[in-house]
Amino acid sequence: MAKVLMKGNEAIGAAAIKAGCKYFFGYPITPQSELPEYMARELPKVGGVFLQAESEIAAINMVYGAAGAGVRVMTSSSSPGISLKQEGISYIAGAELPCVIVNIMRGGPGLGSIQPSQTDYFQATRGGGNGDYRLVVLAPANVQELVDLIIEGFDIADQYRNPVMILGDGMIGQMMEPVEFREPKRRDLPEKDWATTGTQGKRKPNIINSLYLQPEELEEHNKRLQAKYKAIMENEVKVESYNIEDADVVIAAYGTTSRIARTAISQLEEEGYKVGLIRPITLWPYPYDEFEKINPNCKGILTVEMNTGQMLDDVKIAVKGKHPVYFYGRTGGMVPTPNEIIEKVKEIYGGEK
Amino acid sequence: MAIVFKKTRGLTDVPTHYCPGCTHGIIHRLVGEALEELGVLDNAIGVAPVGCSVLAYKYFNCDMHEAAHGRAPAVATGIKRVRPDNFVFTYQGDGDLASIGTAEIVHAAHRGEKISTIFVNNAIYGMTGGQMAPTTLVGQKATTAPYGRDEAHCGKPIRMSELLATIDGAKFVERVTVTSPAHVRKAKKAIMECFKVQIEGKGFGIVEVLSTCPTNWGYTPEESLRWLEENMIPYYPLGNFKRPEEVE
Ligand SMILES: Cc1ncc(C[n+]2csc(CCOP(=O)(O)OP(=O)(O)O)c2C)c(N)n1
Ligand code: SF4
Ligand SMILES: [Mg+2]
Repeated sequence: MAKVLMKGNEAIGAAAIKAGCKYFFGYPITPQSELPEYMARELPKVGGVFLQAESEIAAINMVYGAAGAGVRVMTSSSSPGISLKQEGISYIAGAELPCVIVNIMRGGPGLGSIQPSQTDYFQATRGGGNGDYRLVVLAPANVQELVDLIIEGFDIADQYRNPVMILGDGMIGQMMEPVEFREPKRRDLPEKDWATTGTQGKRKPNIINSLYLQPEELEEHNKRLQAKYKAIMENEVKVESYNIEDADVVIAAYGTTSRIARTAISQLEEEGYKVGLIRPITLWPYPYDEFEKINPNCKGILTVEMNTGQMLDDVKIAVKGKHPVYFYGRTGGMVPTPNEIIEKVKEIYGGEK
Repeated sequence: MAIVFKKTRGLTDVPTHYCPGCTHGIIHRLVGEALEELGVLDNAIGVAPVGCSVLAYKYFNCDMHEAAHGRAPAVATGIKRVRPDNFVFTYQGDGDLASIGTAEIVHAAHRGEKISTIFVNNAIYGMTGGQMAPTTLVGQKATTAPYGRDEAHCGKPIRMSELLATIDGAKFVERVTVTSPAHVRKAKKAIMECFKVQIEGKGFGIVEVLSTCPTNWGYTPEESLRWLEENMIPYYPLGNFKRPEEVE
């Protein structure tokens, strides 16, 4: 298929429809409203349903119902709205239902700002709702990858019966880039024989539920969930690395920030510095093992984020004290510049190339 | 031997966990019977609430979805919008529907969702041990209103049927009770009519059932029936508030 120029938020909608998602429940919030607007326009054309809910709480619970009924379904929001969705996300994870949730992050805490940020990393990767659960968290760095990850995200969700979150920021939602809609690699997806469809008198009732009153049963359920998360950790890690075996300094960054880091690295290379990049594409499961490949004589790892240091925790876990870990972040909707990153890298070099 | 009474196929064979004298059980039976008699049981998807009827998913003999506290109408909306040919109902308590889930029920009604709601009003939070509900009567004691509900402090109890009847999308609204065989028959009739509104695609329907909670009210089952009739009915008048003209 030929490439088309699309805005990130609209590309999400087109990719979801391409993936067979015909149902969308949402609530307006900047900087992602183009997505529900796109769905409101396009879904009726494919026999689907777009519904603007009365709140994000209702929207995610509509997703909970629709996912339980066995269809591909999506919702999207930005940070404050995603906070409201945490209740439903926890239930969806507990009841083991597939769905895709998009968070186009903005600055916080509270109402914060409408500018791009990466301040919901903890919430996304540590489980913002109650209970011991995990979301698969995918962090695209360009519109093509955004499209690819949405399409594959639906497959991942169905394969593991688990909610998948696409974690982007206002920048990726608003930028326009050429994209192509490609088929993902084929996965063996299980039948949804657990869905609420009405028994039609042919089977026992199906029950969608996250309640286990007996502690023994709930512990068993949690063990099952953990076994599933382990399989996801083993099979679904995605990461892109650049020159890490050889680098004197390695930058760790994801999403929009990784693009800025790339620009900084090119300029540093022209000046003779050897700088590598680890760009996690899955934030959960996190690509901890990738950090083992870093040049053992590397002077330090620089984590760059649009927050005050959240992925930093995972980088420290991954590095296991083998290298010094540094951090550079801008927040509040401020975006780090290549020059700021260059300065920081030179500081780590300590004057000697 | 002729069969004079048979348990409805609308309920499973599991014994319920409800307290002796609690009228949740009667209401379950009426819902089960209505589903069976209207021929929608095998096509039904029920949504259970959080409250004493949280385990309703074990009792109704159809596909069930257990929702978060108050969110049953949103979950039911999600189901009905993707499966418009299924019969979708919610079963909710007064804390669930009239407090934490007020927005969800009002907007489901407002959108005219083609779902049916059974609203069990026992003027108390039963499951959590007798705390005050938005429906608790003025003067009625609850564990979080130990001196009795004080109107100056937390207002008068909310009348959901009256409120919902003002909404265009709500096509059927009726309040009933189950304190006597006559009332039980009327309640059954209301539930059947409410369900038909969905089957005929007319819009949202709700039956509010005044129900007892002997355990948390602190009365015997029999005293509870009397207390309900003497105290709840005067404040929550029984009757139909709305029905589609054609069904009249
Ligand atoms: C979000 C959330 N808040 C509070 C609770 C605790 N809780 C469980 S049931 C309940 C009240 C239920 O009362 P009602 O809906 O009237 O049902 P009843 O038990 O009286 O039938 C509460 C507050 C919960 N489970 N979830
Ligand atoms: S606590 Fe009250 S409402 Fe709950 S089962 Fe017992 S009597 Fe019924
Ligand atoms: Mg109650």
